[in-house]
Amino acid sequence: MAARNATEKTLGESLRERGVSRRGFLKFCAATASMMALPPSMTSTIAAALEQARRPSVIWLSFQECTGCTESLTRSHAPTVEDLILDVISLDYHHTLQAAAGEAAELARVQAMKAHAGDYLVVVDGSLPGPDSNPGYSTVAGHSNYDMLMETVEHAAAVVAVGSCAAFGGLPHASPNPTGAVSVLDVVKHKPVVNVSGCPPIPMVITGVLAHYLIFGRLPELDAYHRPLAFFGQSIHDRCYRRPFYDKGLFAKSFDDEGARLGWCLYQLGCKGPSTYNACATMRWNDGTSWPVEAGHPCLGCAEPSFWDAGGFYQALSVPTSASGMTVLGAGAAGALVGGAVAALAKRRTKAEEARRQPVTVDELEQKL
Amino acid sequence: MSSLDEIPVVSGAGAPASRELPLNGALESVLHEVRHALARLVGTGETTKIDLKSMPFGPGDLDRLIAFLGKGEVQASIEALGPTRVQETATAGVWLVDYLNSEAQRLALHLEIAHVPEILRPQPQDLDDAIAVLDARLNRVGGDPPPTS
Amino acid sequence: MSGSMEFLLWTKGPMFNVAIAIFAIGLLVRIAEIFVLGRERNYAEPRASEWLPGLRTVFTRTVADPGTFKRAPFNVVVGWVWHIGFLIALLLFVPHIKLIESLTGLSWPALPNPIISMVTAVTLVALIATLIHRMTHPVKRRISTIEDYLVWTVVFAVVLTGFLAFNRMINPYPLVLGMHILSAEIMLILLPFTKLTHIFTLFIARWYNGAAFGRKGVQS
Repeated sequence: MAARNATEKTLGESLRERGVSRRGFLKFCAATASMMALPPSMTSTIAAALEQARRPSVIWLSFQECTGCTESLTRSHAPTVEDLILDVISLDYHHTLQAAAGEAAELARVQAMKAHAGDYLVVVDGSLPGPDSNPGYSTVAGHSNYDMLMETVEHAAAVVAVGSCAAFGGLPHASPNPTGAVSVLDVVKHKPVVNVSGCPPIPMVITGVLAHYLIFGRLPELDAYHRPLAFFGQSIHDRCYRRPFYDKGLFAKSFDDEGARLGWCLYQLGCKGPSTYNACATMRWNDGTSWPVEAGHPCLGCAEPSFWDAGGFYQALSVPTSASGMTVLGAGAAGALVGGAVAALAKRRTKAEEARRQPVTVDELEQKL
Repeated sequence: MSSLDEIPVVSGAGAPASRELPLNGALESVLHEVRHALARLVGTGETTKIDLKSMPFGPGDLDRLIAFLGKGEVQASIEALGPTRVQETATAGVWLVDYLNSEAQRLALHLEIAHVPEILRPQPQDLDDAIAVLDARLNRVGGDPPPTS
Repeated sequence: MSGSMEFLLWTKGPMFNVAIAIFAIGLLVRIAEIFVLGRERNYAEPRASEWLPGLRTVFTRTVADPGTFKRAPFNVVVGWVWHIGFLIALLLFVPHIKLIESLTGLSWPALPNPIISMVTAVTLVALIATLIHRMTHPVKRRISTIEDYLVWTVVFAVVLTGFLAFNRMINPYPLVLGMHILSAEIMLILLPFTKLTHIFTLFIARWYNGAAFGRKGVQS
């Protein structure tokens, strides 16, 4: 074959073919470092690695999802570094974005799997009905999500679960979980899985993970929930610019009080920042414009497992998820009844004993002896 | 739509950006980092880049930082994959490098503590190619090929 | 999948319900029992009212009399320090107030977080001192039972995990917050069935004492 396959070209080559100069390339690397939450000093390392990097083939599977994750990725103002990254990966299958439909679309997936066996990345958004639940809840081209995932993952290099649904089950998994939804990690045990959680995830984090794989040829370092540490290593609370107010004990107590206007801490309004690990505070949203806490709204904790079942969004983190004062009162009343009954019984027994008491005189005792 | 525009946009706690800004902890730590980087540049010639996009700044903090750093004598612009604007700050050796895409959206914003920001310098591989490219152009013009060294 | 967040949600959800139910039932059983059983009937003619002296004693006994202080100054001072520290951290820390508010609807102003953190540190030191004292004092060592050490451990665990959680000294945070909530729940469960019941019964005991003295016309 005279012309090499697109995926065999190195990234340096394909960028230069697109007329990107070396300064442009350097700039691309600086932006990539920023996107991957790496220090700028890594720029030259990234440049050297990117020169040699090959375009990975990516198969994107969408299951029980709302397309919010894809929207997050594609609606970031175009064209950005994210787009460049998307241009240099070979996105071979994606329901929402691909032009092909029907059998041609499914054929593209099978072909990509064959051509890049062992090398391609699988991106999943959405949860899927578990192997034991009714597969009819979600199917693509007549295949159950579970079958399609297992078939696609079989020869993949790694799996990236994008969004809280794919990573943790998300909204479909929320109580009472009618579809028996499970996360990717619940069923994929034999391949490396990266969870990019969030509802939706920060677009730069999605591309950052792909870029990391592209540049270094391996997956980034992960935390206990398989989330990349570069983005999920610190809590919202730890990087929050409102943290000094928390430390000083200055809180907004409603959404329109003086504290809210002065930008004080949102803990009392239900902020889940202390227990949520994500990069919102530094990477921000809408091309770095702002993020929920900066906009005056408490963090919902959307990047954490079971965030939908973790109690009210507007209840402080310390508030229990289900108990109420009535439970306590009820339990207390039951206790009082039981205690009262036990004591009353004891009292009655003493009285009865007293009534039956037959006094014995000294004379009687002496007679008996 | 006009009713939305009537709502004023206030950034920060209402303090105007000025050089006499009340520095908060985040800004102060960045400035100390710059101070140490300058000392390294003077001492060992080591350059430093600080990614301002990855800082947990509050609203208005970035503007305040840029206002504090001030403007120096040098301004440069590079056209490669969209514009990149280089601004020397009022402190010599501290450069503000703003990487924008073709739609003027910010890709990265660095403080570079160096004699000359890296992106302004010709890239080594480009220098390697430069003589060959110039030779080829001279040949095309029709003159004698210059003596090769 | 089971991780730190699942653990935290378990302590905040089902485990909290279990703990608060055992606590409420157990405590009310004990208190109802005490009141229904009452005291032995006193047939002697009362010399004065019971009410005022009873109420007064509930408060006056909070301060140890000079004799007790002279005999055991360590017990009085350190005991006071950690009890007050514990109460401040329990009742005046924002997250705790929000929890109480969610259950009872009652709320009150909080102290700034750094003050709570400092008070908690002092409480921890005082609690360690009480343990050392208990283990080294010849008499105390002999009269201490397993229950005493159990109660100390539970109280110490609650304060320590709270301190670690507030200062975010263990990662991930949901793990340490879950540990704090769980130890508080263990304390709630043990409370009605150990010496910890004194939190509530001390008022009853003092009342009976004061009332009995008042009836006899004696100052308590």
